[in-house]
Amino acid sequence: MNYFPDEVLEHVFDFITSHKDRNSVSLVCKSWYKIERCSRQRVFIGNCYSISPERLIARFPGLKSLTLKGKPHFADFNLVPHDWGGFVYPWIKALAKSRIGLEELRLKRMVVSDESLELLSKSFVNFKSLVLVSCEGFTTDGLAAIAANCRFLRELDLQENEVDDHRGHWLSCFPESCTSLISLNFACLRGEVNLGALERLVSRSPNLKSLRLNRAVPLDTLQKLLMRAPQLVDLGIGSYVHDPFSEVYNKLKIAIQRCKSIRSLSGFLEVAPHCMSAIYPICGNLTFLNLSYAPGLHGNKLMKLIQHCRKLQRLWILDCIGDKGLGVVALTCKELQELRVFPSDPFGAGNAAVTEEGLVLVSAGCPKLNSLLYFCQQMTNAALITVAKNCPNFIRFRLCILDPIKPDPVTNQPLDEGFGAIVQSCKGLKRLSLSGLLTDQVFLYIGMYAEQLEMLSIAFAADSDKGMLYVLNGCKKLRKLEIRDCPFGDAALLEDVGKYETMRSLWMSSCEVTLGGCKSVAEKMPSLNVEIIDECEQMEFNLVDKQKVDKMYLYRTLVGHRKDAPEYVLIL
Amino acid sequence: MENSVAYEKATELRLGLPGIDEPAVLSSVKNNKRPLHDEKSGENGKSAQNETAPPSKAQIVGWPPVQSYRKNNFQQAKKSESECGGIYVKVSMDGAPYLRKIDLKVYKGYPELLQVLENMFKFTIGDYSEREGYKGSDYEPTYEDKDGDWMLVGDVPWEMFIRSCKRLRIMKGSEARGLSCSGV
Repeated sequence: MNYFPDEVLEHVFDFITSHKDRNSVSLVCKSWYKIERCSRQRVFIGNCYSISPERLIARFPGLKSLTLKGKPHFADFNLVPHDWGGFVYPWIKALAKSRIGLEELRLKRMVVSDESLELLSKSFVNFKSLVLVSCEGFTTDGLAAIAANCRFLRELDLQENEVDDHRGHWLSCFPESCTSLISLNFACLRGEVNLGALERLVSRSPNLKSLRLNRAVPLDTLQKLLMRAPQLVDLGIGSYVHDPFSEVYNKLKIAIQRCKSIRSLSGFLEVAPHCMSAIYPICGNLTFLNLSYAPGLHGNKLMKLIQHCRKLQRLWILDCIGDKGLGVVALTCKELQELRVFPSDPFGAGNAAVTEEGLVLVSAGCPKLNSLLYFCQQMTNAALITVAKNCPNFIRFRLCILDPIKPDPVTNQPLDEGFGAIVQSCKGLKRLSLSGLLTDQVFLYIGMYAEQLEMLSIAFAADSDKGMLYVLNGCKKLRKLEIRDCPFGDAALLEDVGKYETMRSLWMSSCEVTLGGCKSVAEKMPSLNVEIIDECEQMEFNLVDKQKVDKMYLYRTLVGHRKDAPEYVLIL
Repeated sequence: MENSVAYEKATELRLGLPGIDEPAVLSSVKNNKRPLHDEKSGENGKSAQNETAPPSKAQIVGWPPVQSYRKNNFQQAKKSESECGGIYVKVSMDGAPYLRKIDLKVYKGYPELLQVLENMFKFTIGDYSEREGYKGSDYEPTYEDKDGDWMLVGDVPWEMFIRSCKRLRIMKGSEARGLSCSGV
């Protein structure tokens, strides 16, 4: 079979970098499997419970970069209890014991303790990069350990984590000898930082390209940092509150003008909107602008800012931009590919300030649009049909109408036809989130047309089991399905249990599935973990099979039941 | 197609606030059959329910689907905004043709404020002492407090000052001297 020596194959495999492709390569034959596994450096594990660290280490001795995801997506919305699982410690412990020379660790929705961070920092001499997204369980003490012990640290990227901020001097823990930083993001930290230490750190990091500050970094420090780091490509501003008559503001204007490489701007966690003109000089080069944490910026000031950003490819914004503001985006940002509009009031108590009109405007003005997250007050079928026509290239389409079962306000019809148009037109659609009043019909369309769909999120939709069946039968590439508050029961769940082995996971909460139905799945499919989560412990797990299950999470796994589940999780 | 309010009550979509005598929040499926397939089994289930949201929307668990980090951040921001919203006050100077406005929240204390006032109006303020007010200059910075009284800037702690200051006035000449001599 093998006409080439192993080294040649290995060299060829070096060019194959995507996880999917490398996985495919490993399936060709035994010798390819062997060569591939020995040369693999980067591994992605979408569900940390699908495999064990020991097996990972055994298969990939050359591992350098590991990405792990823990909790299911709905954990973001408080549907999963905090101590459900997703602990990274066992992974770090196992890797530390092994001979793996870990250099990069990327975690999402995992529980990370200070102990883990400390062990990580002391176990891998060449450790370079730590990226934590939506994680929890650690404090600034853990960060201090990373800063102090990782001598060649290049990247410390903390995105949207809940960190217990002890206001310790973790920044001061970076030794004077640490000059290798390329990326530092601590925007999610709530406490004070040692500003002097920060300035010195930035001064001695000539390769620093990405710097995202937290709210505690005031403007005068920002100005000093920018003077020391004009090479920045990505900047997250903490506090942008100052007196426009002050010396500092003038100095800031000069500093910003020197930063000709900035392509990505975010933050403005605290903002004095009348002073945005200092930013204008760099707006023309921006490809990514994230103002979704800047509620202080709205109205005309916001419009003026956006009008300067002609090269924008990704825009994250709050809905206070309004439909009119989205009209300005449509006129200005012709290169726009990704738009995310978040609710100004995330508790949904007020009214969202954007409607279907804003979305239609953007779809008409920005033909390259391929990724959308849109929280809005209402949506119409006509608008969705227009959007589908204007933008057939959607890869991600996530729509959230604040009232989850709101029909088309013009026709009073469900939004089946509108979403149907989206899936029919956007042949490359990989991710879809639905909302609004929806019947089984929309799922018929999804099953028929959404051939590339990998992830589907459904809430308060459908009339019967048929909805779920259309999806399971039709969407051949489906990997993640998450459902809440839909009338799907055992009949749908049990129709094709083999399907779940082809998927990463299935989440169903507040549906009609029963304990008996879930037990049935578990019995038929030993390769799945079927977890029942019942925080109220009403079930006490000895109730009748026809008891409805509040939350079920099932996922394929090679290593059977996990041992770290809390009391209120029953694994069938 | 309009449904009466009574019908909507009967279908019990549970968008009422928790604590009202309706049981359970929407996420509980046991109480919450979707009205369409529950009530309308005989009718065409495709017709939509008229959406008349109750005046105060309830908190459905996990809806809208916004990351909890973002929600917590919003609460923090709101808190600090109410604590530290911009405090804009007018500043007048005797003899100047027009007034200015400044945001007191931006400054950390009196020295900074006085420096800014000096820059803004191109004058010099004397040295402050509790006993004698501002010596060495014809000008005195004063402010109107919540009670409507004109006070000398600098007597009370900074935090108290920015909370009670309604407007600033830089007094000149004899009027100023009169103020500084009187004890409060």
